[in-house]
Amino acid sequence: MSKPTTAELERIASQVRRDIVRMVHAVNSGHPGGSLGCTDFLVALYFHVMNRNDGFDMDGRGEDIFFLSNGHISPVWYSVLARAGYFEVSELATFRKINSRLQGHPATEEGLEGIRVASGSLGQGLSVACGAAQAKKLNGDDSLIFALMGDGELEEGQVWEAAMYASHCKVDNLIATVDYNGQQIDGPTDEVMSLGDLKAKFEAFGWTVIESNGNDMASVVASLEEAKALTGQGKPILNLMTTAMGYGVDFMVGTHKWHGVAPNDEQLADALGQLEETLGDY
Amino acid sequence: MTKFTYTEKKDTRSGFGAGLTELGRTNPDVVALCADLVGSLKMQEFIKENPERFFQIGIAEANMMGIAAGMTIGGKIPFTGTFANFSTGRVYDQIRQSIAYSEKNVKICASHAGLTLGEDGATHQILEDIGMMKMLPNMVVINPCDYNQTKAATIAIADHHGPVYLRFGRPSVPIFTPADQKFEIGKAIKMIEGSDVTIFATGHLVWEAIEAEAALAEQGISAEVINIHTIKPLDTEAILASVAKTGCVVTAEEHQMNGGLGDSVAQTLAMNHPAPLEMVAVNDSFGESGKPAELMTKYGIDAANIVKAAQKVIGRK
Ligand SMILES: Cc1ncc(C[n+]2csc(CCOP(=O)(O)OP(=O)(O)O)c2C)c(N)n1
Ligand SMILES: [Mg+2]
Repeated sequence: MSKPTTAELERIASQVRRDIVRMVHAVNSGHPGGSLGCTDFLVALYFHVMNRNDGFDMDGRGEDIFFLSNGHISPVWYSVLARAGYFEVSELATFRKINSRLQGHPATEEGLEGIRVASGSLGQGLSVACGAAQAKKLNGDDSLIFALMGDGELEEGQVWEAAMYASHCKVDNLIATVDYNGQQIDGPTDEVMSLGDLKAKFEAFGWTVIESNGNDMASVVASLEEAKALTGQGKPILNLMTTAMGYGVDFMVGTHKWHGVAPNDEQLADALGQLEETLGDY
Repeated sequence: MTKFTYTEKKDTRSGFGAGLTELGRTNPDVVALCADLVGSLKMQEFIKENPERFFQIGIAEANMMGIAAGMTIGGKIPFTGTFANFSTGRVYDQIRQSIAYSEKNVKICASHAGLTLGEDGATHQILEDIGMMKMLPNMVVINPCDYNQTKAATIAIADHHGPVYLRFGRPSVPIFTPADQKFEIGKAIKMIEGSDVTIFATGHLVWEAIEAEAALAEQGISAEVINIHTIKPLDTEAILASVAKTGCVVTAEEHQMNGGLGDSVAQTLAMNHPAPLEMVAVNDSFGESGKPAELMTKYGIDAANIVKAAQKVIGRK
């Protein structure tokens, strides 16, 4: 099967962004900001970059695996998983509702295809990704592990435990991406807790660091392909990906105010007016 | 009637080490992780024989729990090793989200539990771990009583699919269970048959219960001693069957009264067969430095305290 073009990926992303705002609007809760900012990344990952097998296998043998550590941006992950065929798109309508498999934060308990570990309590995903990457090595499986973390999430100490571990153990089949949007709940990261020079910090921890623009589809794909080419060289790879929180909906862009607030009816109409329906709404 | 004696004493953590070594030889999926306490957890033999299946995590227990969860994806069976305190309280949220809620096949192996860790004092003497772990959905909680049982439990949990908390200790204690006794998760073991009172004991307190039974027998009191090595799932059938016969209960454990075995037994009795109950456990207090035996006495969890509790509970029938 040939890989989708940049234009095709952008069309998928437009639909995913529609899904996100509609999902959070429907239950008047959830996290649109980070979801919209990371849409291009997740679309590129699932539709172009990762080698995936058909169906869902918890052990993910012989295929690339993705872990979402910043679980609050579940809307974008659910939409991408559904659009990639892991489950019916219509199930997106159950997001955050009683008896749904689409929990507020991702969970395995409900058997939702595509999800391998719960997340939501921040700071844990990189450790899990390290373990899964080492299991692949033990199994002689040369496929890759991808992980996404928030930038505010990096304030959790466990992330740095995992960062130290990954380089010490030469976990070089791991590509971790940071959603570098400069925002968290209480404000800009610079005000809440300055992250400093993240490139230098990860390099000092023994990682190979690449920088990318997370809201330009062509460069998202190119940077992930570059990251893939850097695997297998004894070092874990960090993709420091600059994004704008809320990207794609003009009134949500670039502010922490839309971290975890749903649009009202008017705002939804405004947002949908900016996002072309390309694959059919759920 | 069974008479329990011993010729040898060993630490239960060595039983864990021996079980892990055997698993290394028999189960290629078993991997071991440790947070800078290889010697304390007796993992050296496993490491020597399976260097590629051992992961030194450094002093980063939260990270260790996450890595273990990740390793199950791909079919590994990770055994994590550190002190009981750092296996539970330190990493409760990591266990809760990445292991228990995610239904990951991780075996959390916790040494130096309870007061009998001794001189290191209260910072290390966790007495709340059973409570924390038993509250987690999906978690199995096991507290074996001696070297042989700890070894057997270690081997048995590899065949159970799902998260397990395995608790053991530091000091040398009598070996009194058979080396060839099969370990069945959730199946209580009747050690001594009796008719006046049932003593449900777990971990190091099983031996104390056996000593207490002998002292009670001299006073003409017939005590039944049941080894509850699995606190969750609890063998309620065995508990209720015994209480139907004896009519009163003493629980004994090296743990806080709140949240421990006594709690679980009390719940079972209250809901099915109310009966007088006395708990031998630490009563809402931290521990302190001292020799294991001194601490057991000071905090009221030795054989003499079980005897007193039995006398008292019989009087309440
Ligand atoms: C351990 C933990 N502490 C606090 C929270 C509450 N929380 C959810 S998202 C968030 C901010 C995360 O910031 P960032 O990772 O930058 O994500 P973004 O806001 O950019 O989507 C916080 C504090 C949490 N989910 N987990
Ligand atoms: Mg952020």
